[in-house]
Amino acid sequence: MTVSEFVLETKELGISFGGLKAVSDVNLKIKQGEIYGLVGPNGAGKTTVFNLLTGVYQPTTGTFFLNGKELKGFGQERINHEGIARTFQNIRLFNNMTVVNNVMVGLHNNPEFKCNMLESIFRLPKHFKVEKAMRERAKELLTIFGLLDERNNLACNLPYGKQRKLEIARALATNPTLLLLDEPAAGMNPNETEDLRKTIEIIRKQFGITILLIEHDLKFVSEICDEITVLNFGTALAQGKAKDALNDPEVIKAYIGK
Amino acid sequence: MEFISTLLNGLSSGGTYAMIALGYTMVYGIAKMLNFAHGDVIMVGGYIMYVMMLLLSQNVFLGIAVAVVFCVLLGILVERLAYRPLRGASPLAVLITAIGVSYLFQSLALIVFKSSPKMLSVLQISGALKLGKLSVDYSTIVTLAVAAAVMTALTLFVKKTKTGRAMVAVSEDRDAAKLMGINVNFIIMITFAIGSGLAALAGVFMLMKAPSLSNTFGAMPGIKAFTAAVIGGIGSIPGAMVGGILLGVIEAISFKIPLIAPYTDAIEFSILIIILLVKPTGLLGKRRREKV
Repeated sequence: MTVSEFVLETKELGISFGGLKAVSDVNLKIKQGEIYGLVGPNGAGKTTVFNLLTGVYQPTTGTFFLNGKELKGFGQERINHEGIARTFQNIRLFNNMTVVNNVMVGLHNNPEFKCNMLESIFRLPKHFKVEKAMRERAKELLTIFGLLDERNNLACNLPYGKQRKLEIARALATNPTLLLLDEPAAGMNPNETEDLRKTIEIIRKQFGITILLIEHDLKFVSEICDEITVLNFGTALAQGKAKDALNDPEVIKAYIGK
Repeated sequence: MEFISTLLNGLSSGGTYAMIALGYTMVYGIAKMLNFAHGDVIMVGGYIMYVMMLLLSQNVFLGIAVAVVFCVLLGILVERLAYRPLRGASPLAVLITAIGVSYLFQSLALIVFKSSPKMLSVLQISGALKLGKLSVDYSTIVTLAVAAAVMTALTLFVKKTKTGRAMVAVSEDRDAAKLMGINVNFIIMITFAIGSGLAALAGVFMLMKAPSLSNTFGAMPGIKAFTAAVIGGIGSIPGAMVGGILLGVIEAISFKIPLIAPYTDAIEFSILIIILLVKPTGLLGKRRREKV
């Protein structure tokens, strides 16, 4: 394993569906602790990049590295074990499970909570100890997101903003080094967005993780992101500090036309 | 009094149906497929017990244990060899494969054990508990007790353990579960293992009541348990329990009334149709809400 100064590095990452190049030549370099934005008009290929990075799609060109380790070709579970977790553009919680159980599913593979099935089936003391520790950890995570009081409600009964937060909590529970957030502020009002911004800052500080996010709210992006990449038609139009990249003439052209 | 003993009989055969139905419903909920070879696992378990009785003479408990373990391994093997390669294929391809596996088992049993039914009388428990006018067969009591214990244990397993929680997560959203690092193949394997083990156990109780074993031994109870799973709402674990017990009770009552006794099977399947007409998702099935 080579040591890399970047948490995530993609090299000429791309995928074609038949003849259509959905994403091509995406080169991202994301440093430890950064909040990195991926923006662009609808259909630019942002979510496709996320699907490539999480193993939902396999890249047809290029590759990507997490802390210097090549993850191309790995399956979805394996990539999660290596340290990439994500949320979804259209929320995909385990709707008929309680809030706390959603987070506990995220904790499933955490080595701290190892307990083999025989121990569970025979309900050995270890089983109860591990269950209790998992529940406690889940509650800690829910506290950060202000969801503790909702812990015994079904996920599908939460209001929209809280569902988004729960998705982040569930992803964080898998103990990632890189967290991918797909439009975390979508459908939120300005207060909720501001609240979300604070939460993201807190988790960056508290967990020391790196965040890559897709967002349409450009004000939100320029406030929170250290660096961004603007995608259009599957390729990078501009990269760099949020202010500079968003003022790039090519970017303005892509967003509002000539 | 007679009504109560009929009811208890119904509950106990319902418990047997429920144990089989759990296999259908869990596999459907988690692997999203109908495993039509599930009923034949009962038959295989029966023959394994028969062979064990020949080899071990009369050690019934060891015979049962070997049959259950064999069926658990068989379930895992079938999933691995026949169904896993088809993951992501069209549901029809998987369905027809399952029907193929079912005929494979039946034909193999016919080749190995020939067509004459085998009698497995060692499993029978004679006698009945008499409380005043009430008389309940011991086999009914044993079946009821084991079925209740198994269903309680399974409910606890699903609700209170890591693996159980992962099973629910996979049935809710397989891809999201994968992205949370859940090993979906392992969870599906466990599901098949549990389902097949329960089927073998149910076979024991069926043989207690009717000790004649042939290669189609599992076919009818398989279909009935599937019916029970659908009545309860396929994919729902409590649904399979409720559906199985309901079916068993209806069957027992219908058997007791001379006028309609010959039509018992027809009555059971008519009830399936009526319930599905009124509530298409089954009694405890969840409505799938599509977001627009």
